[in-house]
Amino acid sequence: MSIAWNAFTPASALIGGAIIGTAAALFAVLNGRIAGISGILGGLMRPQTGDISWRIAFVAGLVAAPLAWGLLAALPEIRVDASYPALAAAGVLVGVGTRYGGGCTSGHGVCGVSRASPRSIAATLAFMAAGSATVYVARHLIAP
Amino acid sequence: MYTAASFAAGLIFGLGLLVAGMANPAKVLGFLDLAGAWDPSLALVMAGAIAVGAGAFALMKKWTRTLLGAPVLLPGPRRIDRKLILGSLVFGVGWGLAGICPGPALVLAGAGSAKGLVFLAAMIAGNGAFEFFEKKKGVAPGPARMRSP
Repeated sequence: MSIAWNAFTPASALIGGAIIGTAAALFAVLNGRIAGISGILGGLMRPQTGDISWRIAFVAGLVAAPLAWGLLAALPEIRVDASYPALAAAGVLVGVGTRYGGGCTSGHGVCGVSRASPRSIAATLAFMAAGSATVYVARHLIAP
Repeated sequence: MYTAASFAAGLIFGLGLLVAGMANPAKVLGFLDLAGAWDPSLALVMAGAIAVGAGAFALMKKWTRTLLGAPVLLPGPRRIDRKLILGSLVFGVGWGLAGICPGPALVLAGAGSAKGLVFLAAMIAGNGAFEFFEKKKGVAPGPARMRSP
């Protein structure tokens, strides 16, 4: 392992992380729910009366974030290296996996770990391990 | 009020993802690439988010109602089962292929990224597949059991 010091952005990472944590905290103390994006989105697949508008509002907030940012400043770098077929496959895996796993980086990784939930800690270790293993195979075994 | 708070939380969450670099798939993959030139930034994103989140969840530990008077609907303790681990592993493989997880997928869509939109559409299709298989099994997936007042 070698650390890419030129790519390391500790200040923006910590500040951005704190902003994400603030959003999750606000959502919990105001709405009493976990800011778990896969679950919020997934609940819209089986819409139930009275359980729809807050989900749509949260999703709309996320989609609006880059638009709001774009009004004031240029968006930060967004680089997607994966090919379209890889993105389609990845999307399906993320869509299925997060639902069976009951959460993603936000629900388990941020909220669950914040609550010291053993389930979320186990899930976070599992998806981090699988993610690193996948990158290892893709970058160092298949296309070194 | 409830819906407005939800929108605000989503918006702030998305801005946080942009500031943190989580909305840049190349940076996410740099974090997952332990064997290459490793970018540890996202570990600090997690640390920053968890530091703030842990404070809030500790504060509201005994609450039954939120500041807006809504019921506290946080998941109660449940077992670590095969579904949790296998599902998370499958999610991790997809995350490692693209460098995109559900939150950033929505931010990328809002940023007008064609690749982000393809990922998002596939993710929603994956959600649909989950609903289909669960319905076929005859078990209503239902929301997680809640610690309800």
